[in-house]
Amino acid sequence: MSVNTTPMPPERLLQLDDVHVHFSMREGLVRAVNGVSYHVDRGEVLGIVGESGSGKSVTARAIMRLLSKNAIEAGGRIRFRPEPGKEVEISSLPRDGRQVRELRGGHIGMIFQEPMTALSPVHSIGTQIMRTVMLHRRVGKEAARARAIELLERVQLPKPTEMIERYPHQLSGGMRQRAMIALALSCDPALLIADEPTTALDVTTEAQILELLKSLQAEMGMAIVFITHNFGVVADIADRVAVMYLGRIAETGSVDDIFYQPKHPYTRALLQSIPRLGQAPVRRLKTIPGMVPDPFNAPAGCAFHPRCAYAVPGRCDTLVPEVSLFPGDQSARCHLAGELPEEAL
Amino acid sequence: MVGYITKRALWAIPTLVFVSFISFVIIQLPPGDYITAYAAQLRHGGEYLTEAQEAAMRQQYGLNDPILVQYWRWISNILFRGDFGHSLEWNAPVSSLIWERLGLTLAISTLSMVFTWIIAIPVGVYAATRQYSLFDYLFTVFGFLGKGIPDFLLALILMWLGFTWLNMDVGGLLSPRYESAPWTFDKVLNLLSHLWIPVVVLATGGAAGLIRVMRANMLDEMGKPYVETAYAQGLSERQVVWGYPVRVALNPFISTVGWALPALFSGDVITAVVLNLPTTGPLLLQALKMQDMYLAGSFILILSVFTVVGTLVSDVLLAWSDPRIRYA
Repeated sequence: MSVNTTPMPPERLLQLDDVHVHFSMREGLVRAVNGVSYHVDRGEVLGIVGESGSGKSVTARAIMRLLSKNAIEAGGRIRFRPEPGKEVEISSLPRDGRQVRELRGGHIGMIFQEPMTALSPVHSIGTQIMRTVMLHRRVGKEAARARAIELLERVQLPKPTEMIERYPHQLSGGMRQRAMIALALSCDPALLIADEPTTALDVTTEAQILELLKSLQAEMGMAIVFITHNFGVVADIADRVAVMYLGRIAETGSVDDIFYQPKHPYTRALLQSIPRLGQAPVRRLKTIPGMVPDPFNAPAGCAFHPRCAYAVPGRCDTLVPEVSLFPGDQSARCHLAGELPEEAL
Repeated sequence: MVGYITKRALWAIPTLVFVSFISFVIIQLPPGDYITAYAAQLRHGGEYLTEAQEAAMRQQYGLNDPILVQYWRWISNILFRGDFGHSLEWNAPVSSLIWERLGLTLAISTLSMVFTWIIAIPVGVYAATRQYSLFDYLFTVFGFLGKGIPDFLLALILMWLGFTWLNMDVGGLLSPRYESAPWTFDKVLNLLSHLWIPVVVLATGGAAGLIRVMRANMLDEMGKPYVETAYAQGLSERQVVWGYPVRVALNPFISTVGWALPALFSGDVITAVVLNLPTTGPLLLQALKMQDMYLAGSFILILSVFTVVGTLVSDVLLAWSDPRIRYA
């Protein structure tokens, strides 16, 4: 486990190298994030896909330093470049120090899964946005209010001047998520972390929110880390994809490579388990056999081997696979990457 | 907001009428009436009333009228003339008995309530934000001790400590030599030196319970997603904790602040008796013991009115602090 110490390329915005996060629980130690490395370039949308418990949200919270108190930040390096020529090593800063607080909300915005409960029930939408604007921009109340109205207009909420007086319980789920996006983008962050922002919404609203995020991204140019368990959403919004399984990145690559030339059996299995337009008619969609393993006893070797159709006994169940690189910035953590038989997706 | 308050205020009126009627019925419940008691009193002094005399007096005082007529006479005396009737036990108007003790009662109770909150809220918040820390455990122990030790026992212990170690004269609110003296700086100092015992006793008992409530509320709130959102905005821990979860965790406090009003009035009766405080609590106890109907009935009426008004105050405060209630 060598930590990458090479300097970040100039276009790089965020880089995680071998990040580990453990939770110490009564039942034992959970290695929720077990050596995750990924990067996001300026203005790029990275989709992170994985089942529940794969560590995708925990990784995001490690970037924001928002992990709960029983979390152990067990190693790795998280570097962020808030503006060109300035580099911050987030992972080495004190958790609630001034520098981390400047990044939160100021340079990195975050949207959460539950729009119903993620906004304060006792403050108006306007108050919540204004507080963030006043905190980071050091402007007065009037300027912050004008900014809040402008933001609510940007996220296409009707009647922004009235909307800022509203409270979350008066809005629908989709409207709340729009307000949440306005809050996260209030200080023009270079990076937006969206943690399953559409999971709690119905399909129509989900599509609208995705459209909104795409247009805002085109307009404001921020990079997005988009966390989801839905491959369809990723195909819609992401430039690159990282697939996570049990605290590790199984595979990363461009959207096209991941969808058309997956190198990891897990990615393949996931893609085969979702219906596609134009697919040859099949009686049943394939499922991945077995369950996500109990986090207290992660399997030895490749964590996916008990469920993998290609697993080689003696190899996959003993050795943790290294990362294999492929052209076009694709990489997979599999002993058999590149050697898998061709198979219809 | 205005509509909500008006609606709540209007609803309070029928409640008050009902409550006052019940109070009156309670006054009438003991067997016999004012004349019976008066006759017994005279008999005690060796005089007698004949049956005819008693009947005449009943006629004179209107005690044979239907209960609604009597109720109207009683309530209109209270409403229009502030006359709560006559205390047989003290042979004085009920209103003057109550009012002369009310000031001190309110002073002691308000003071102890303010102290309760000043202790309970920060300690509860601290215990929740530093859950399972040394101080959390210490406050928990303190909380259960405070809750477990009866107030009157704590009062006795403090009196004993004050008497033997600090050489203070304890009990009551003033030293005998100041009782009838005019208000001077020395008299105020003397009052303060007596006041701390009841305030400490009442505040610790109340705070012990409220600390637990505040801690539990805070733990509930701190786990909610909006708190994480607040942290994700870059606010400091103090800004987040006091600006967001505390606001919500205070709701149960606010919705019960109105009940403090009747509690202020009845006071902590046993503590007041032990400490020999000239508050309304011991007066109520005495009135109940002696079946002093008009005094006890007036107490019940005032307590009920305070409860209704207090609940109204709570509701208005809650609506002011929580938009979900304001716009519901």
